[in-house]
Amino acid sequence: MTASLEYAQAAGESLMKDAPVIDFDKFQPTRSMIARRKRKDVAMGALISVAFIVALIPLFSVLWTTIANGVKRLNLNFLSYNMSGVIGGQPTASGGYGGIQHAIIGTLEITLGALVISVPIGIMCSVFLIEYSRGGKFAKSIGLLIDVMSGVPSIVAGLFAFSMFTILVGPGTFNGFEGSVALSLLMIPTVVKSSEEMLKIVPNDLREASYALGVTKQRTITKIVLRTALPGIVSGVILAIARVVGETAPLLMTAGYISTTNVNLFSGQMTTLPVYVYQEYSKLKVACPASASASCVTDIPMQRAWAAALMLIVIVLILNLIGRLVARVFAVKAER
Amino acid sequence: MSSEKSTLDQPVGGKSADKIFKWVAFACGALILVVLAAVFLFLFFRAWPLIGGDQNANKATIESFTGGKAHNFWQYVGPLAFGTILVAALALLIAFFVSVGIALFISQYAPKGLATALSTIVDLLAAIPSVIYGLWGGIVLVPAIYPFWNWVAKYLGWIPLFKGPAANPARTVATVAVVLAVMILPIITSMARDVYLQTPRLQQEAALALGATKWEMIKIAVLPFGKSGVVSASMLGLGRALGETMAVLMILSPGLHYSFRILQASQNQTIAANIAAQYPEANSLGVSTLIATGLVLFLITFIVNFIARKITQKVSA
Repeated sequence: MTASLEYAQAAGESLMKDAPVIDFDKFQPTRSMIARRKRKDVAMGALISVAFIVALIPLFSVLWTTIANGVKRLNLNFLSYNMSGVIGGQPTASGGYGGIQHAIIGTLEITLGALVISVPIGIMCSVFLIEYSRGGKFAKSIGLLIDVMSGVPSIVAGLFAFSMFTILVGPGTFNGFEGSVALSLLMIPTVVKSSEEMLKIVPNDLREASYALGVTKQRTITKIVLRTALPGIVSGVILAIARVVGETAPLLMTAGYISTTNVNLFSGQMTTLPVYVYQEYSKLKVACPASASASCVTDIPMQRAWAAALMLIVIVLILNLIGRLVARVFAVKAER
Repeated sequence: MSSEKSTLDQPVGGKSADKIFKWVAFACGALILVVLAAVFLFLFFRAWPLIGGDQNANKATIESFTGGKAHNFWQYVGPLAFGTILVAALALLIAFFVSVGIALFISQYAPKGLATALSTIVDLLAAIPSVIYGLWGGIVLVPAIYPFWNWVAKYLGWIPLFKGPAANPARTVATVAVVLAVMILPIITSMARDVYLQTPRLQQEAALALGATKWEMIKIAVLPFGKSGVVSASMLGLGRALGETMAVLMILSPGLHYSFRILQASQNQTIAANIAAQYPEANSLGVSTLIATGLVLFLITFIVNFIARKITQKVSA
């Protein structure tokens, strides 16, 4: 031990003798170099902060213009009437200028339809992926397909529902349920992914304790695993609803657009809030005849679009808030 | 659960329920496969008349769509696919640097309390429906951004991309790209942020201990670590931008050219917006044509997303 150490030292000394003399001062950073590095550091820090402010501008601009333009028309009359009997920019018999009652009903029913289709499928799919074939080859490829499915453009989902219904039911089919099918295509991957995450953090001890008591797998999953993960799953579902409630393109070609209230999901066209916003936006302006009274408003479609947009933003933000709150308050306390 | 002696002697019940449950779960897993296949097949069947039907009628349909400019499907879908990719690529170009900046700001610069607040704000951006972005873009942004594009066209007009005169109202590819950039920003940001937060603490501290400034630390420790994650996030953002309909439909003044003049109106159109715009007035054969363009879009986004996920899977494995 000591001998080898001495040998190493000797070798080191002999090396030292041969070693070239290094001028270490050469590597000393010059003052200008340090200053340059400091300047670059500050500049990049500033640039990164600026990037953040740049991103905030559109967010506040969107929220501000929607609120400022939307509150003008968003009142009880606007919420409780549909668009039937609205002529140009003239006020209706009720004293308002038309409203979004039919759109709110349509949005609720179509979203509910999508919920009923996609939640059971989504949860069972995540149960399959996590509880039955975790890490398996088939599960992996399904997982990849779900990722791909979450990237399907919304308009393609709409085209899919449209083609399916024209082929299976008959051409020219427009109904709310068709819209639900299109939306559920967008909703399933979101539900699967969030439930999957929640099932993953359910402690394995719980499952094993249940199996040790002789409980069957199905009962363990429904009574123990899903119940423990429930708040997380609920929050994921709410966030998924918040995502699809604002979808426009797939509903344009599946649910159609009418001005009267239709409460039957399975027959007849249905208006939803986003489609309403779009339709009013494309009207741009209405003409007021010379004989019209002073209460005729030419840019009423735009005002209606903003008011409906505000309503939509409020719904989406409230859903987001509830979803996050549920996730935080009832979170599974799992030690990982 | 029940502790009665008589049930203890009997075999455990619920075996069949167990089996059924397992099969239902399996069926739901397999359903994903079926649904994706069904999306492809139904679109394909509905678009079939375009391939197998009367070619003269098809020609007439496409000519009526384009005002006689395009005579067959590929001439029709070509400029659309070009426009789609151009708009999405520009949006990605704008969004990429800003979102990497925000992600770095949240993960490296901001104090913890502020960072959570900022993450929530970014998530809020993601929650706003696209139709509202379209409304905002069409009414607020289009007039507001015209002076800027005009300035760009005046002083940078020698670059072919910015060839003037800038269109007023600015219903151009450039404006749409800005709106789409805002829409895909939160997607890229939240993924990039998560990756950057996972950078090994030791590597960061080692870099700082060697005398690196904060930016140098980010450059040598954080950015290389997050590279593949950020690339895959950008691909996802690109996928979203490729399929975006409403914002494009409500802002862009469409055209069917292979044109890079992003400041001029009526140059390009995207597949998704074209479907939504032509759909209400299309006849049966026209709808088939549009669905065929939708199929092309589906394939493009499928490939983009698939690549993105492959990159993520490779990293996480």
